[in-house]
Amino acid sequence: MSIAPDTTAKFTAYAHPERLVSTDWLAAHLGDEGIAVVESNEDILLYSTGHIPGAVNIDWHTDLNDEVTRDYIDGEAFARLMSAKGISRDTTIIVYGDKSNWWAAYALWVFTLFGHEDVRLLDGGRDKWLAEKRETTREVPSPEPADYPVVPRNDDAIRAFREDVTAHFGKPLIDVRSPEEYSGERTHMPAYPQEGTLRGGHIPTAASVPWGKAANADGTFRDRAELEALYLDEAGLQPGDDVIAYCRIGERSSHTWFVLKHLLGFESVRNYDGSWTEWGNAVRAPISIGSERGEAPAPARD
Amino acid sequence: MSDAAVPAALAEIIDDFNAVTERERLELLLEFSDELPALPERFSDHPELLEQVVECQSPLFLTLEVADTAAHEVSLYFSAPPEAPTSRGFAGVLQEGLDGLPAAEILAVPDDMPDRLGLTRAITPLRMRGMTSMLARIKRKITESLAG
Repeated sequence: MSIAPDTTAKFTAYAHPERLVSTDWLAAHLGDEGIAVVESNEDILLYSTGHIPGAVNIDWHTDLNDEVTRDYIDGEAFARLMSAKGISRDTTIIVYGDKSNWWAAYALWVFTLFGHEDVRLLDGGRDKWLAEKRETTREVPSPEPADYPVVPRNDDAIRAFREDVTAHFGKPLIDVRSPEEYSGERTHMPAYPQEGTLRGGHIPTAASVPWGKAANADGTFRDRAELEALYLDEAGLQPGDDVIAYCRIGERSSHTWFVLKHLLGFESVRNYDGSWTEWGNAVRAPISIGSERGEAPAPARD
Repeated sequence: MSDAAVPAALAEIIDDFNAVTERERLELLLEFSDELPALPERFSDHPELLEQVVECQSPLFLTLEVADTAAHEVSLYFSAPPEAPTSRGFAGVLQEGLDGLPAAEILAVPDDMPDRLGLTRAITPLRMRGMTSMLARIKRKITESLAG
């Protein structure tokens, strides 16, 4: 069953307008057959304080990650999760969450690893729904378990690993963290606990484009012209580029991945989810500090 | 788990968390979030008197007052917005467990106390570090207050 896209004017300018819905659209379609609404936040308790009626919660940390190995769940676990949430393979999933949908974008990106076809973000996310004083509830739905096929996870197209980054030098890297993290100023402050990495700075040649710049104050995505100014004019990306984005664990860079892939239409965009927690702790991983992008490292000597 | 350095009120909270399932622990944390006392006016009117614990993923502010008595009882005050329930929940645990206790007792609380609540699987490591940082900041402010 196919649910028609939201034809809001702002969306039609994007490369893939069918990847976004507005709060008006969702309010009109809540409860429609074939739609599942998923809330995904950074704060595991936030859903319980009130959510869009009928929305189920998927927690990135406990639901989408393997408990032992630093990796995402496999196809079997994903099928079990979708089934438990009442989601079938052809369900239209609308994902939303806090802070401009940063964690919702992360969940959407993981769903994309399993090839779930129709996943969309609610533009403005949780905060916009609340700001518009729309209905919320603390009631947790009990969906009928759905049939969901076991689909092997496919990382190739949209996920980058450390070795992919090493092979990527010469092509664009986007560091979406704050300027202080990018420059290496912020690893830890005196007398405060460690941030979690042994070294600060950024991957050499990466451009600094803090992820939040892609969003308006109300959490919605900026329009196409503004996004092109940011990523093409300022950061120097060209249409057709093969891009890798990263942050700390890939959470903020999922938001940027969504922007580059679905809003600006870059065909080849990957999220390096190991991100700085891997690179900044990795022995011999080349690092640039300060506000300059830095030079690509010389190829390794054998 | 018994540990002489954990004050009674806090020990009871730790026991409450450990006595229930993980899902119920999250519900319990949410209760602490809901019940976190509002700031008294002298602080809500003067946000500049509060200190931010930047390690927390959400804006969490705290301050404390140390009594001018032999025991130096400590009064704790926290502020975090309603859209930060996990931070508020942690603050609520510390509030209920430590508010009004003598400075020495709070300083003796084990630094890893947040790890004893049975939340380390469900709550991300970064957020657990936030709660540890709250406790560390409280201890540091007490130490500074006693020295100054």
